[in-house]
Order: sequence, then structure tokens, then C-alpha cells
Amino acid sequence: MSPPKRQGEQVSRRDFLSATVAGGAGLVIAVELSSCAKIENKVAAIADKLEGPLPPSAFVQVAPDGAITIWITKSEIGQGVRTSLAMIVAEELEADWSTVKVRNADYQPRFPDMETGGSSSVSGMWNPLRTAGAQAREMLVLAAARQWGVPATECRPEKGIVHHDKSGRRLSYGDLSVRAATMPVTAAPRLKAASDYRLIGWAIPSLDAPDRVSGKVKYGLDTVVPGMQYAVIARCPVIGGKMKGYDPAAALKVPGVLAVHAVTAGVAVIATSTWNAMQGRKALTCQWDDAAAASLNSAALSKQLRERVEQAGALVQEVGTPRQVIASAAKVITADYEVPFLAHAPMEPANCTASYVDGRCEIWAPTQAAGTAVSTVAARLGIAKSAVTLHVTMIGGGFGRRLLTDEVVEAAEVSRATGTPVKLTWTREDDMRHAWYRPAGVNRLQAALDVSGMPLAWTHRVATPSIDESHNPGSVKNDLDPFATDGAAMQYAIPHLRIEHAMVRNAVPVSWWRSVYASQNVFATECFLDEVAHAAGQDPVAYRRALLARSPRELAVLELVAEKSGWGKPAPGRYQGVALHHFFSDSVVAEVAEVSVDQGVLRVHRVVCAVDCGLVVNPDGVRAQLMGGVLFGLSAALFGAITVEKGAIVQGNFDGYRVLRMSEAPVVEVHIVPSSESPKGVGEPGLPPIAPAVANAIFAATGKRVRRLPIEV
Amino acid sequence: MIQLLINGQTHEVDVLPETPLLWVLRDAVGLTGTKYGCGLGLCGACTVHVDGRPNRSCQLPVGSLAGKPITTIEGLSEDGSHPVQQAWITHQVPQCGYCQSGQIMSAVALLAARPKPTDSDIDQAMAGNICRCGTYQRIRAAIHTAAGQPGAAS
Repeated sequence: MSPPKRQGEQVSRRDFLSATVAGGAGLVIAVELSSCAKIENKVAAIADKLEGPLPPSAFVQVAPDGAITIWITKSEIGQGVRTSLAMIVAEELEADWSTVKVRNADYQPRFPDMETGGSSSVSGMWNPLRTAGAQAREMLVLAAARQWGVPATECRPEKGIVHHDKSGRRLSYGDLSVRAATMPVTAAPRLKAASDYRLIGWAIPSLDAPDRVSGKVKYGLDTVVPGMQYAVIARCPVIGGKMKGYDPAAALKVPGVLAVHAVTAGVAVIATSTWNAMQGRKALTCQWDDAAAASLNSAALSKQLRERVEQAGALVQEVGTPRQVIASAAKVITADYEVPFLAHAPMEPANCTASYVDGRCEIWAPTQAAGTAVSTVAARLGIAKSAVTLHVTMIGGGFGRRLLTDEVVEAAEVSRATGTPVKLTWTREDDMRHAWYRPAGVNRLQAALDVSGMPLAWTHRVATPSIDESHNPGSVKNDLDPFATDGAAMQYAIPHLRIEHAMVRNAVPVSWWRSVYASQNVFATECFLDEVAHAAGQDPVAYRRALLARSPRELAVLELVAEKSGWGKPAPGRYQGVALHHFFSDSVVAEVAEVSVDQGVLRVHRVVCAVDCGLVVNPDGVRAQLMGGVLFGLSAALFGAITVEKGAIVQGNFDGYRVLRMSEAPVVEVHIVPSSESPKGVGEPGLPPIAPAVANAIFAATGKRVRRLPIEV
Repeated sequence: MIQLLINGQTHEVDVLPETPLLWVLRDAVGLTGTKYGCGLGLCGACTVHVDGRPNRSCQLPVGSLAGKPITTIEGLSEDGSHPVQQAWITHQVPQCGYCQSGQIMSAVALLAARPKPTDSDIDQAMAGNICRCGTYQRIRAAIHTAAGQPGAAS
């Protein structure tokens, strides 16, 4: 498992484009990101595969009947990639948008990385997809030019038709598709000017909305395969525990229960329906070996973090001589912040359907990590990756939860045990108690102020586990995971700076959770900056403005949020707090929260959000993602906490793990800074500023600092 | 055999009477538009109408439903043309969409009971439906639109 991709990782690879025609498929364009092999070889390889029915593997197909199909190689988790990625292709292709259909691509080893995380789908696919669209367009234009015997420069593509204006002739893309496939592929096609965009930058409605409002979308849990049986797995309640033994007799007496099998994760109960499988699991008696973590509890975990933060960590970044400056400074401020473990709790619990037959496994998975899923299934079953077929289904929320593939491997294992197709469902309780969590952490910050009150030195020690190490043992050297301090590094101009990671190891499984470490470190950073501004007797926006004088993007976002929120002029009885963050997807977001605290009751009324996310592909989608990030982060800030008692996760459902409900949701306004830079990701960056913005507003209201999440007022 | 009247059609299902309607709809009848989210009536993803009123189908034993008209998201309209569904599209409500069947069924029931709901009516009627993607604001606007009244901006 690799971490969510950060900005720029994809662009180091070389882009290849190939085109071919087979079996009446018309023009098929596939972009491959690969560091080896010649284009010619790739074309041959694809042509081989295209004999017979068209595999769902190409990016774009222009069929002889004019239908345009775009295969989406990123997982649709609600972030709208099926619409936004298709828009990018269709824009350059000059397609008639009303003829565009999208399909989820199956896993293909030769595809670019299908992992969907790090807010990287649009930014990472921006160049490959618009290049593919433009190359297809140029081939269609060239085909028309050849057919008419005119220069290509006289041919004008528009909405799925190539026009020759001089003669008034026209040919549809469908009519041109077979000939176009024989045209040469131009390595560097002409890309459209932004001023000519007809789709990009416009609020194009989601292609999936009609099916999503009529119950027609098939999520992973809706998968039906002929002959399918239903499974749930009994798991050791204690983290890391193992099954010692089990008695299937009572479970097998439950109506509809077909079989009970020991599997790696515990004991699988297989039945004629999901409900029957759940009833069978209730009747099952298991003995667990829970010695490894049986005494683990949240108080001890918190103590571990608080003790660790007292000790030096591994150096991540140092500028100047911060410790010396702090040692000799007249005014030093210190504060610790603490955040809990969090669950992702997407509305669709983890699940997977698998069919293992004769050494091959076909899988239908709501996954953000198709490649990892195939690798882990192949490894568990001892079969080649090429023997695994994986269909990425529609997905009921991701948030990082589905970068882990436990349920996929489990479904494959259960299917092999039963010899039938199996749909494995994790109940909500399974999903909450046996998942991977946003790490808990304690952050210690210190700042020394100069005589004018500006920060001269700043240190930030992050005591938290390493996600990378937990998924890739040995990947972290010298107790240093720089990613663990993401969000701790400063966008502000401070002369002396020191960032440390104080490694923490415990038994609680951790993973990537929407915005990852920025979700915890930005809370600490932006709250502490507010404390420092207050100590300096300065307004929080003015203080940030002074520190951002040489950061034009941050400054523009700060000014926009201040203006749109009416900074300094909240409604009567309401108080404002601000926070800003330059996220690793290279988007900059600032938020102003407006709260009231009335007799101990906190209410977040309004959140104004300003974002610079580069060029906007779908503004409606950007607004939705920012709103989503704000509310997801607010849910966590107000209520989120996964706790451990006697080695087991306490919270099992939405009663113990409260999430934001409609009556508690503030109005969120999103304002976008115009930009012509390439698109930056927006799936996560709305999240990190909300907890500190609310915490800072609570200070404005009550004079009390919030240094621990979830918030208590 | 239990006879169920779902979306105007009679279905005979061979399940134990204590089986929750949710799992009968999904696994026996093949209507997967109704979603499993929590199994405890806490999230509202499984909301359907029984006798026109909203109910959490994960909490409804089918044995209690013989002869009662049940409407699921699939029964709201043939083609997504119900005014609430249309308002959901107008406001581009869904993100992942998983909770939206339940949200829409709750909203339809609200509008049947209160054709011009206030924000406070909406808060109350929709309190049992969780969305994790953050679509609440657009849901509110869509309900106002479906009610034919100007609503909050989305």
C-alpha cells in the first residue's frame, strides 16, 4: 500500500497514447503511463486484446454509431470523477456532451495508477486525459481531411461533427471513427485555449445524478451474481486477536445458514441472505486469543502520546536556530493539542463480492485501490495477479476507508472456501470496530515573539504513529515519517522553524483518513497561531496577513475569505474564527466559522470558505467537495472519537460514533479564486481548516481555548 | 410464504416473519435502491414508506407488513420524474448518493404531511437521515424547491 499520491508524482512518468480499431469498435484511444516499451509495441498489444468484444480498458471510444464512451480509471466515491474526468476528455475531443457515456474501468495492469486518493484524480489525470481527447480529435479531423482531400487546417471540429466550412461539407465522428483509427497519432496535439472551453469551467450536471435519485446506481453492496451466497465474518473483538476455536453447531441450525468456515480474519458464516448470515453469526460460539492487546485502553494510549511528546522527535525540518532563539527569548508561548482516533464511517459499509473458480477470481469491489486489491487477493490465494479480474463498482463514500482492501481479500478467501460466488458484508459494527483509524496524536508547539509581537521562532513536535510504517513495515527509517508532520510545516514567514516527528507505536490500526495528517496537524498549527496572535494583541486575520506578505496565493485566499465572511463584523451574539491551510494537493483553503455559545451550547451557524484550487474543471463539483470537506471535518471536530477499552473499539454504530445531522449543519459558502494554473485537488483540502476555525471562534466567544478534539465547551 | 405489496405489485417471499423488510427488499425481491447503513434505525438509509409514512425498513419485521402498501425509491416514479427527485437533480444534491434514497423518501413523506415546510420542519423530518458526504444544505434547498418555495442558496 502506498500513501495517497501527492502533487507531481504522476508527472514523472512518460505518457503514451495508442489507437487502434478492431471488431467494429471504431476509434479507441488509450493512454498509458509507463516508463518502458515503445509505442508500437503498445499498439500491437492493445490490438491483440481488442479481438473479440471491446474490453473496458480504453479511455475513450468513438464508435461507428457516434456513441462516445469514456472509461474512468479512478474510483467514483462521490467526488464526481465520472463527470469531471469525462469533461476533460470531451472538451478536447470537441464531443457532443449529450452523447457521452462513462463506464468504470476494470483493473488493468497497463493502466495508469487506479488508486484514488490524495485529492489527485483531476490534477493527476488532467494532462493525460486532455491529451488523449485532443489526439482523438486530431485523428478524426485528419480522417475527414483525407476523405475530402482538403488540408486538415480547413476542417473544424465542433460537437461531434467535423465541418469543412468552405464547401459546407460535414461528417460526424461516428462516420469518421473507423478511418480515424488508421490515422497517425500525434505525440503533442494542440490543446484548446481555456477561453474556448465549452465544458471545463462550467457547472455541468453530474452524469450520475438521475440514477442516484432513483435508486438505480449499483453500489458494491448491490452486486448480484448468479448463484451468489451471503457471508459475514465473526471477528475477534480485541485488536489483533486470533481465533482459537469455534463451534459451528448452533449457527448451522439457524434457518438459511449454509456453511461455516474458518478464514484468516475469523469465522465466516455463509447463508441464503445477508440477514440469515448475521443471525448465524450471532449463534456462533468462538474462542479468541486476545492476549496481545487485551489490556489496551484509551487512557493508556493518551498517556503514551503525552509522554512521547515530552521527548525529542526525529528532525523533519529546521530553518535557522529556533531552539536557541526560544531559549533566549523574552516571550515564549507553549501549548499542547490532542486529537483522537477517528473512523471513516462511509454510509456504505465495507463489502465485496467475489467468485473463485478453478484458480481464477472475479471480484466486484467498492475500492479506492484497485491495484492493491488485485495484488493482495493474488497473494492471499496464491494465484497470479493475471488470474484476478476486478470490477470497480460505484461506491457509497470513500474518505480513505477503501484504500485498504481487507474485505476484498476476505471475500475472495470465503468464495474459495464455499466454491460459490459470495457477497461479504461488513456490518456497520464490523466497519467501525475492525477498520483502520485516523491516528490519534499530541502536538506540542512553542513560539518566541519579537518585540512587535511577530513570531521569531516556532517549533512543532508531532507525536503520532506512522501510517506508512503500519502498512509497509520497514518503510520508515530512523523513526522518522515526514508525512506524519504534514500540515505542521508553516506557510507563514517565520525566521526560525523546527518540525519534529515523535514516533509512536501502538496496536491500533491506522490509515489514511480524508486529508490524512493535515486533519490533526492543521488543527494544532492554526489554533496555536491564533494563540500567538492573541498574545501579540493582534487580530487573527491581520496577523496572518502580515505573515503571508510574500505568499500571494495564500494572501488572496485570506483576503477573499475575510471579505466574504464580513470578518470582524459577525451577527450579534456570534463570534468568528479563521484558519488557513495550503494542502498537499496544492490547493489553498481559508475558512471563517461563525459560532455562538449560549449557556454551554455550541452552534456553528455559518462557514465561509475561500479556495484557490487552480483552474476549475467543474465549479459545482468543487463547491460540493469543499462543503463536504467542511462538514466531514466538522463532524469529527464536534463528535468524532474512537476509543479503546480492554483492547476493543468501543463505538460500533452511529449512536456511539455521532456524526453531524442536518439540523446541526451550518450554511457553507464557497468562494473560488479565479486561476489559470493547472487544476489542484479539492477532495480533502476543505477539511483541515474547519476544526481550528471553529475552535478559534469558540475562543472569541468564550475566552477559552480548545486544545483537544472532539470539542467540549 | 408472506405476501408483500411493494410498489403496487404483490410479491410472495419465503422468509421468516422476523426478517427485516430491508433484507427482504434487497436480497429476496431484488430491489437494491433501499440501502443498508446501520441496521439499528440510526441512519435512515433504509427509509421506505409503509401506508405512506416513512419507516426504517431495517427495523420492520416483514411479518407485520402483510397487505400493507410499501413504497421504495424504485416505486416513487418510473423514470425519476417525481418532483422531489427532480428537485434533487436541479440542486445537484447527491455526492456518493448512497444515503439519498432514504433522504428522498423522508423528504417525500415530509412534503405529503407539510406541503410548505419551514426550515425547522425540515430539520425535524430529516433528523434521522445521515449523509457523510455533506449534502445537507442542498437537500434543504431541494426540499424547498420541491415545495415550490424559494429556499436557501446552495
